[in-house]
Amino acid sequence: MRVVLAEDLHLLREGLVALLRAHGFDVVAAVESGPELLAALVGERPDVAVVDVRLPPTFTDEGLQAALAARRQVPGLPVLVLSQHVEQLYARELLADGSGGVGYLLKDRVFNGEQFVDAVRRVAGGGTAMDPEVIARLLASNARNEPLGRLTPREREVLELMAEGRSNAAIGQRLFLSDSAVGKHTASIFGKLGLTPSDDDNRRVLAVLAFLNSK
Amino acid sequence: MTAARQTLVALGRAAALAGLALLGQVAGLLMLAAVLLTFLVGAVFVFPSAVRLTRVVTRLQRGLAARWSGVSIDEPYLPAPPPPVPQADGWYRDGRTLYKKPTIPAFNKRWNWMTKDPATWRDFAFVMGDVWMGGLLVAAPLLVTAYGIVLLAGGDPTGVLWILPAVSTAYWYAPWAVRAHGTIAAALLGPTEKARLARQVSHLDAVRTEVVDSQAAELRRIERDLHDGAQARLVAIGMTIGAAEQLLESDPKAARALLGKASEASATALQEIRRLVRGIHPPVLAERGLGDAVRALALDSPLRVHVTVDLPERASAPLESAAYFAVSELLANAARHGDATEAWVDVSAQGPALRVTVTDDGRGGADPERGTGLHGIERRLGAFDGVLAVNSPVGGPTTAVIELPRAFRVRSAPVSAWRYFGRICWALWPIALFPQGLVAMGFKLAGTPVKSWFLGLHVAEPFQWPVIVGMIALGGGLLAVALTTTVRSREAEGGGCG
Repeated sequence: MRVVLAEDLHLLREGLVALLRAHGFDVVAAVESGPELLAALVGERPDVAVVDVRLPPTFTDEGLQAALAARRQVPGLPVLVLSQHVEQLYARELLADGSGGVGYLLKDRVFNGEQFVDAVRRVAGGGTAMDPEVIARLLASNARNEPLGRLTPREREVLELMAEGRSNAAIGQRLFLSDSAVGKHTASIFGKLGLTPSDDDNRRVLAVLAFLNSK
Repeated sequence: MTAARQTLVALGRAAALAGLALLGQVAGLLMLAAVLLTFLVGAVFVFPSAVRLTRVVTRLQRGLAARWSGVSIDEPYLPAPPPPVPQADGWYRDGRTLYKKPTIPAFNKRWNWMTKDPATWRDFAFVMGDVWMGGLLVAAPLLVTAYGIVLLAGGDPTGVLWILPAVSTAYWYAPWAVRAHGTIAAALLGPTEKARLARQVSHLDAVRTEVVDSQAAELRRIERDLHDGAQARLVAIGMTIGAAEQLLESDPKAARALLGKASEASATALQEIRRLVRGIHPPVLAERGLGDAVRALALDSPLRVHVTVDLPERASAPLESAAYFAVSELLANAARHGDATEAWVDVSAQGPALRVTVTDDGRGGADPERGTGLHGIERRLGAFDGVLAVNSPVGGPTTAVIELPRAFRVRSAPVSAWRYFGRICWALWPIALFPQGLVAMGFKLAGTPVKSWFLGLHVAEPFQWPVIVGMIALGGGLLAVALTTTVRSREAEGGGCG
């Protein structure tokens, strides 16, 4: 799988390259600034891009802007954005085109190599990978949302994991539930939130995120 | 009818002002006596009372000047001295003398405060002179009429000659005199430029002290947070990794557990630093500016927040930060105390000023005097001469307006050639339309032999009408051009300076 990586801190960049190579990824470009990133994304057409939000030359949201610009030119280009802080605003912007293939994680998540690589693979496959903190804040700001209040604690847990972008199987593994039990929970959640159920994992996740973002 | 009423009202005010001037004269004479007693005989105790009496009169004058003459006069007095504070041993020190009771030190302080304030002596000058200047000015119609009546009563018919002009001019004279009295009062009763500057300096001094204090407190808080949080955790991580290193050979299982712990601790340290950074300078604010930072706040708020932003450019970083934290606090207040479900935030530029309005549908009753949060916002804004106005009737809704002056550079609209042309049109259109056009037409229709300076009447007979009509058309055209250029340049200013 071909990866483009953008990270301005030398140590972290080398670490990420090593991590990705160790898991069988082919890192075709490891760049350190916004303009380079855009050129690499459009030129290389990687299977997935791992991008730091803050990059030179402006050290603002250069990386995010480059990723959004590249997705406008190459619709559906999978991008996993890494940041020292997560903002609902940025998550919204990434999700706005509704085509999936986006990830938004705190840099800390790199500590757990397995989970991080799993997220990269999910995004490359057109899925989503939202940081648990983004989801927590989404839910907190939806605290007065009436339908959400009707969920049982278990259903809420399932909803959180689903919003992070995990498949039924992964949710079952996490919560020690059978596939059919997870299926029952998701059906109930969709019923309570008034969403049309879908068998496709990715579309289901996008529906949930759209619901949470509709505040 | 209304004209008569207006005149009567103005005359009534004039009479009141004249009466007050007389009263002031009495106060002035009393103060003169007090001054003489004080400085010649040494009866210092009468002085403060006399000054206080004078100030009552001048305060009344200032109030009336604002209400009747439309001249607002600020109080020029120095701030009153604080009451004396006893020393640790219970005695009161004043210079090199100690007193058992605070009476004498307090009096000394008051005495110095009053005698050294130039406003005291300006007040004195005003009450002494008011009758002879402003008082006579406003009372003139009444006095002249009264004199006429006295003459009439004495059987002298020339009294009518006094009364008639006074009554007939009162309609114009009385309101003018009341306004003029206000202006005269402002000259003596207002603060001098020196006093105004002194006041501003002491205000800035207080603000600076507050800013420096709160900044120091903020730095101390950050230092403590780093010291107790991230720093301590990094030490623990280092120790854990060291221990794992030693166990690597003998007990790899335990070493692995320790490394897991170290990684957890580093995640917690990161989280703490992240929270700290958010409190110092939120990353979105640095990355996107005030507009998006407020939008991010809105998304994180449990309220349904509607944000509108209209800014021409980014304001300076410290100013953006002050506005951001103010909005953050206001939204948090609305959610916490106000029981609100919905809020509206409007961020816009008003000329060079930045204005943020936060409205919520909560139950209101917010009071800046009581809420420490609101006071904190005011202090933060104060450093930039910013102000916070809160309107929060019990039962809601609450509206808070933040205004920070001088947030944006004002580009002065260039005076274009068009604008000069517009001004020339404004100057010329009445000449063409009225004397040369309409008035000349009136003369022509009336058939008077007078030609004056009307071009239309000087030219040969067959051209007279065309010239007159042409002049009318020219005047109307110039007026139209003048109007359009003005409207257009106003629009350009409105769009350009914001």
